[in-house]
Amino acid sequence: MPILSPADQEYLRQVFAERLRDPVTIVLFTQRVTQIRIPGYECATCRETNQLLEEVAALSDKITLEMHDLLQDAELAQQAGVEEIPAIILKGHNKGTVRFIGVPAGYEFATLIEDIIEVSRGTTELSPLSRETLAKLAQPVHIKVFVTPT
Amino acid sequence: MMAIESDKVTADVVEVSEFPHIAQRYRIFAVPKVVINESLEFEGARPEAAFVAMVESVAGRQDEETPQG
Repeated sequence: MPILSPADQEYLRQVFAERLRDPVTIVLFTQRVTQIRIPGYECATCRETNQLLEEVAALSDKITLEMHDLLQDAELAQQAGVEEIPAIILKGHNKGTVRFIGVPAGYEFATLIEDIIEVSRGTTELSPLSRETLAKLAQPVHIKVFVTPT
Repeated sequence: MMAIESDKVTADVVEVSEFPHIAQRYRIFAVPKVVINESLEFEGARPEAAFVAMVESVAGRQDEETPQG
């Protein structure tokens, strides 16, 4: 049973066809569904996230999904600074790091789709002044935006 | 968006209802809540210019710190 309805799939397929420019890789740190459960390591939303992203990636040949198991690929997760799963890292024309921690449901799904498109194009709708300010930042900044599904 | 524009920026969107320990650590009672470099924080949405100004206030500006000449 797909998470995305046929209508949503068709809509996204069209949006991706029109707006994606260059390839995007979605790196997903998760828990593999087949893995033996280890007490304390259950991931409540990994299964749903895995399926949702597989469905999204199937809607455009410009989107590649790269799945890693947090425990099996612990070293890679550490390099990526991933501590919680599911964790999504977008790779394309972005200069900085774009990540989603937790299932991107509700409004965050729209944010994820928009970010996939912007990472593919390397452009955002930020004002020229904002872009200039951001390009001249002296120190690294880690912005955490905490949300709940709505 | 900011992380797409600057190599200095890491942006995490955290779905906090899945991670009660994070909600507790950052004392999250309302969303959206934004925390920048574990120091500056605010609740609610901000206009783009105000948000960028806050990021700049934390990160500083290159041409202020680089000596001229």
